[in-house]
Amino acid sequence: MGAAGRLPVMRPRFDAGDRVSVLELGKPGHVRTPFYVRRREGVVLHRCGSYLNPEELSVGKVCGPVVPLYRVGFAMTDLWDDYRGSPADMLCLELYDHWLAPAAAAPLDGEPARDDEAFEHGGRP
Amino acid sequence: MSDHDHAHDHDHDHGHGHDAHEPLVVEDDAGNIEGQILVDALQTLLVERGLVFPGEVRREIERLESPGAHLGARLVARAWVDDDYRRRLLADGKSAAAELGVGVGEAQLIVVENDATTHNLVCCTLCSCYPRSILGQPPAWYISKAYRSRAAREPRAVLEEFGLKVPDEARVLVHDSNADMRYLVLPQRPAGSEAMSEDQLAGLVTRDCMIGVSVVGPVS
Repeated sequence: MGAAGRLPVMRPRFDAGDRVSVLELGKPGHVRTPFYVRRREGVVLHRCGSYLNPEELSVGKVCGPVVPLYRVGFAMTDLWDDYRGSPADMLCLELYDHWLAPAAAAPLDGEPARDDEAFEHGGRP
Repeated sequence: MSDHDHAHDHDHDHGHGHDAHEPLVVEDDAGNIEGQILVDALQTLLVERGLVFPGEVRREIERLESPGAHLGARLVARAWVDDDYRRRLLADGKSAAAELGVGVGEAQLIVVENDATTHNLVCCTLCSCYPRSILGQPPAWYISKAYRSRAAREPRAVLEEFGLKVPDEARVLVHDSNADMRYLVLPQRPAGSEAMSEDQLAGLVTRDCMIGVSVVGPVS
């Protein structure tokens, strides 16, 4: 599945069930990782195949490599402190491999670093 | 966009906080739409230089706008009457659509199924990604900033504004179409529809049910 063809292919590092952290890569341009999931933890729902990286595709780079894409689920209560709804409510979206890291084995002390300021005041999703 | 009057000088630096891109799709006091003026100018140039033929743009728009929600409704109705098809649709939406002669132009179609304990809602927080090849062009509210941000932030409140109260004990799954996949909600088959044919069932399935802001009501 995906845009594989003869292009170089990155091996998927994650699979369904893996807990992952979303990195804050701070990249400009046609980035498909919304601010609201950066530095948050979620769980890989499934692999979606591999595609040309939209950050490169948007500036005409079509020689690859194709990058694995995953659907990742986040508990709404992990995304929004004041979320009103069921603790089972989830947000699911697609993230490219290079935006993900294995979730830390043990949670960090206290609250994870948050980027709400940037999101609310001009950090455009 | 704010409703106060201001000189529309198009230097996007005029001291109040609206997004620089908004005027592209909002007409000014004279009824002009900035985006349309740009598109018309570009098209005139392309035609003058022989790169585009008159009518070609119109035909392309017609092609883009010809798919409609009736295509998605056919997939849903078939899934309701054929359990094997339903499983194939959930496993690989694009291939299952092709079985019915419905071409999905997007990379993949992920079909998410509502049931008694799960309600699915589709949005695109970053722009306006939408399964256009099976639902047509998205409604204006789908691409509004209010829907795009609030669907991810407070989906239950948004659904209530659409007239849908999801029970507290059911879970809400929001699908942000932020990258290459496109999403279709498979609604629950309504009570009272047991005797209906596949075509009649397709007639019950609305666009909003397949986005997830509504459900298919009981048949009386």
